[in-house]
Amino acid sequence: MTGDAAIETGELWLVILGLGLGSFGLRFVFLGLVGDRALPAWLLRHLRYTAVAVLPGLVAPMVLWPSATGGTPEPARLAAAGVTLGLGVATKNVLLSIGAGAATLGLGLWLV
Amino acid sequence: MATSSPRGAFMQGVRDALPFTLVVSPFALLFGVVATEAGLNVLEALSFSVVVIAGASQFAALQLLTENAPTAIVLASALAVNLRMAMYSASLTPHLGQAPLWQRALVAYFLVDQTYALGAVKYERDRMSLSDKLAYFWGTVAPICPLWYIMTVVGALVGTAIPAGVPLDFAVPITFLALIAPMLRTLAHVVAAGVSVALALGLAFLPYNLGLILAALAAMTAGAQTEVWVERRKARAQ
Repeated sequence: MTGDAAIETGELWLVILGLGLGSFGLRFVFLGLVGDRALPAWLLRHLRYTAVAVLPGLVAPMVLWPSATGGTPEPARLAAAGVTLGLGVATKNVLLSIGAGAATLGLGLWLV
Repeated sequence: MATSSPRGAFMQGVRDALPFTLVVSPFALLFGVVATEAGLNVLEALSFSVVVIAGASQFAALQLLTENAPTAIVLASALAVNLRMAMYSASLTPHLGQAPLWQRALVAYFLVDQTYALGAVKYERDRMSLSDKLAYFWGTVAPICPLWYIMTVVGALVGTAIPAGVPLDFAVPITFLALIAPMLRTLAHVVAAGVSVALALGLAFLPYNLGLILAALAAMTAGAQTEVWVERRKARAQ
């Protein structure tokens, strides 16, 4: 990961503590506070799609405009992303997909 | 398999969780490496894993921190990744809701993807007493969660030794893509992911990574609406 500037220590700890507290709150909210009352269906329906709504949007710019090349699309990284995603959809095997993606990137950068 | 004592239930949990250590270890290792790359020291990387104990959101927060996104945006995006844990919490409440408050608080802290999935499957399948259910849960925690901390430290120590030429910048996208791919199991999930990508790219010009938040909200709604639409079609076809 190549950031432009170093992460500020104060901000880092704020994020660690805030994210920790928030995540605990999300895990505790029903188990600890709500009890076994049923949740409205519309809420559960939205919660089901949170991970798949955030992660692809986070990763897309990193794939298309990698910081390592100054934001220019780069064939080896695009190929690695394609292989990882394709193999992941086909096999649902996370480790295999990561390994194949990394191998593709290594090979691609070596060829270019 | 029937379990008759808390000890038996605990050991069953340990056995069921063992295969997941193969997934958790490299993921934690990678987090340690990436954290070091981003400039964190070993203590900071370990604190991240102990306090937050949720891989995908840790990677997301770290990435946004290196992009110098404002703290509020970092927190909102990373917490959005963890919203699914509220669903886990709701789903286990009928099974563990009778436990004492301090135990429920501890369960909540250790409620990660793997322990949740194992517990949810086991509790649906077998009739168990509350103490057996709790023992089973602690059995699944035992091999998985300590490993999460330990391998983060190993990664942080190893990370400094990795030569500069290795393209570690792309470890995060590859990891995320491998995590996203198995999630694309229904049309609604595919639609949500597509909307998320399209809007995140289209709104990338907005300041403070606000584009990502808007893209995520729209994608979540798109997924939920698609689910409703698919169910209506199915109901009509019958």
